[in-house]
Amino acid sequence: MKLKLKIWRQKNAKAKGKFVDYILDDVSPEMSFLEMLDALNEKLITGGDEPVAFEHDCREGICGCCSLYINGRPHGPAEKTTTCELHMRSFKDGDTIVVEPFRAKAFPIIKDLIVDRYAFDKIIQSGGFINVNAGAAQDANTILISKEDADEAMDSATCIGCGACVAACKNASAMLFVSAKVSQFALLEQGKVEAKERVQAMVAKMDELGFGNCTNTYACEAECPKGISVANIARMNREFLTAKLT
Amino acid sequence: MTKLDAKIPDGPLAEKWTKYKANAKLVNPANRKKLDIILVGTGLAGAAAASTLGEMGYNVKAFCFQDSGRRAHSVAAQGGINATKNYKNDGDSVYRLFYDMIKGGDYRAREANVYRAAEVSSATIDQLTAQGVPFAREYGGTLDNRSFGGVQVSRTFYAKGQTGQQCLLGAYSGMSRQVTKGTVTMYERRDMLDIVVIDGKARGIIARNLVTGEIERHSGHAVILATGGYGTVYYLSTLAVNSNASAAWAAYKKGAFFANPSFIQIHPTSVPVLNDYQAKLTLMSESLRNDGRIWVPKKKADKRHANDIPEEERDYYLERRYPAFGNLVPRDVASRAAKERCDAGYGVGETGLAVNLDFKDAIAKQGKQAIENKYGNLFEMYEKITGINPYEEPMRIYPAGHYTMGGLWVDYDLQTTVPGLFAIGEANFSDHGANRLGASSLMQCAGDGYFIIPYTISNYLADEIKVDRFSTDLPEFDEAEKAVTDKLQKLLNVNGTESVTSFHKRLGKILWDYSGMSRNEEGLKKGLKLVDELKKEFWSNVRVPDTNEELNQELERAGRVADFFEVAKIIIHDGLKRTESCGAHFREESQTEGGEAMRKDKDFSYVAAWEFMGEEKDPKLHKEPLNYQYVEVKERSYK
Repeated sequence: MKLKLKIWRQKNAKAKGKFVDYILDDVSPEMSFLEMLDALNEKLITGGDEPVAFEHDCREGICGCCSLYINGRPHGPAEKTTTCELHMRSFKDGDTIVVEPFRAKAFPIIKDLIVDRYAFDKIIQSGGFINVNAGAAQDANTILISKEDADEAMDSATCIGCGACVAACKNASAMLFVSAKVSQFALLEQGKVEAKERVQAMVAKMDELGFGNCTNTYACEAECPKGISVANIARMNREFLTAKLT
Repeated sequence: MTKLDAKIPDGPLAEKWTKYKANAKLVNPANRKKLDIILVGTGLAGAAAASTLGEMGYNVKAFCFQDSGRRAHSVAAQGGINATKNYKNDGDSVYRLFYDMIKGGDYRAREANVYRAAEVSSATIDQLTAQGVPFAREYGGTLDNRSFGGVQVSRTFYAKGQTGQQCLLGAYSGMSRQVTKGTVTMYERRDMLDIVVIDGKARGIIARNLVTGEIERHSGHAVILATGGYGTVYYLSTLAVNSNASAAWAAYKKGAFFANPSFIQIHPTSVPVLNDYQAKLTLMSESLRNDGRIWVPKKKADKRHANDIPEEERDYYLERRYPAFGNLVPRDVASRAAKERCDAGYGVGETGLAVNLDFKDAIAKQGKQAIENKYGNLFEMYEKITGINPYEEPMRIYPAGHYTMGGLWVDYDLQTTVPGLFAIGEANFSDHGANRLGASSLMQCAGDGYFIIPYTISNYLADEIKVDRFSTDLPEFDEAEKAVTDKLQKLLNVNGTESVTSFHKRLGKILWDYSGMSRNEEGLKKGLKLVDELKKEFWSNVRVPDTNEELNQELERAGRVADFFEVAKIIIHDGLKRTESCGAHFREESQTEGGEAMRKDKDFSYVAAWEFMGEEKDPKLHKEPLNYQYVEVKERSYK
């Protein structure tokens, strides 16, 4: 396949960015999207140019590093698929592909396609944990959890923290990310003790960091590579209200 | 000269750790905040250690090259984490897990460390559960288990096919809690490039800020490396592409011995190499072998579609060769058996370097839904990569470089040969001998981080309470920083024509061909020569774009690949010296008539610990003899 790529290039956080066009021949449909970018970089490096910076690590859809906005969609056109798992068979010969970083006020650009998602860590630090010291835990089987609740908590916990939900949202809201963590703990006995404090602290931190409000467009769920459900947001809203009222 | 002393406590095996803890020196809570601990790597071992040491009140500085502590490669462990809970009432015990690991490691691991790893496993499940890790449950609300390769009990706890992700997120949440409390300071996007040794003790590190390019100095009373394994030396492996050996290598050059470097696990069930632009090989969890049956056609070069080959023309070679364990033989045995069939011409797929992993019978017996519940995400992942639906036809799999049993030599305290420098998790060599059993990596990482290092590092730090914080203006820091900047500048100055990745690919190919699943003297010698030649070419023709003090991924990569050349050489040296076959290390010269690995206990029952003797000089071998007192050393049989 022959492709035209329009890629966002930006030297650093302060520099002004712009789209740069590249033509890439010999793209195989079997390549992953990142392997296609590897091929472009190989060409740029051997040609004496600076390669395109992009974030990636596990390349199997679990670390949450990759973060490209491809043809107007976070992680590109395939459903429930991270950029690293996206393969070029999703595109066709002659296509133009626009590649941008995830854009949100809370995710400043570091270089080219790399953004700073430290805001997510700050949200977790504000309350996304259970207060238990090593050595203080009781036997795991003394906490009984129904299979249903355990499975549902697992579905929420599946979030990889990539930030696609924020990038997809017109308000750059982090509600899906925060609610997935709140839900995971709210569903488990271990997490219930501090549930009220947790939800309030995490929501307050999310607001403080400049993420926008949720206006129920559900773009986050549609673009989440792990299929995290907006039911988590409903649960968090309930948890938040209960915490405020009691 | 450094003498190897494993410092194993006296007394019966089952009492050693209890006795150690009872006698270990402690640090008063008021003194802990005056002590700085530098921790490099925030995977499961590192994050568990950071959270626990923070809880104790030490001042922890935690470094990782990723943008967040949540992304380390522990995240990719799929199948599970072992523990001796015996919830299944099927005969498990601490001794049984210990025995399985010693046998699985082909009698090349240290008894005392392995026993302790088994001993603390149960508490790690309690800890992770209390932290909110959503392990799979039975309908009655208790925890569920599954079985894993190389053992006959069900002791593996799991969270779908994402156990590593969930365990890491648990530890990361604990670490985040300490960040808020102010006991842990996170330094993300940092590469550790050197260890600073002052008066013989590890006292700091040199790190590069990957965003600004700035070289930073950090001091501490002790340094812990939790930097993972070196499997990416093969270029194509199941590891995250940025995983690297540079921290461990810097430690080695500063006097830490490197143990058993040739013990590298080749995992039997990875998506095969499909083309030459592939950047990594994706693992398909070993748990799939619980229900999937591995086979190749009975006829050579049979190009028919797998579904068109009738039952009687299929060779379920693992079930045939190893009736007792069948498809659940340990990884090294399964990998070699796949290679044997493919080398003999029975492999499937375009390249002939693949075997079938078939779920037809399991689906017929248990229903599609049951299989989807257990392995849904793995099946999806496989389909995304290959475009093939494993519910409809067999997966194709082939062995791939996966886990390094070798690593920094450590004693019972998990301390390297450099005082004050500790290594935990995959970065050390201590628990898996010559082959690791499935689901024991998460187990070791969590055990090291939560329950072992907190005791052993306190025992060390108890003698450091009168030592004030160090200034980073000391000459040892100047010297280490200069070495780091000189190396980076040297890489930039080459200004050749070939990319770093291209060299890495070529290095990986040499190592896979001559020091992969099967090794012989001639090949190893040839491999060593080829690595040396390629290394020279690298230093004269690599191209690293200069971006002036800014984020420069090519420079990061170049430094890592430069170290991989050295790592490759020590792997080959070690493989050459060990003329026996054991575990993952298969020397063709040492096999039984049936093609099974043949150990030579009389000559090789030792840990090979290599000492750095200077650039361009051969490393020096030290031997730590392995004396088995609690298991009978036998031929490892899974038949």
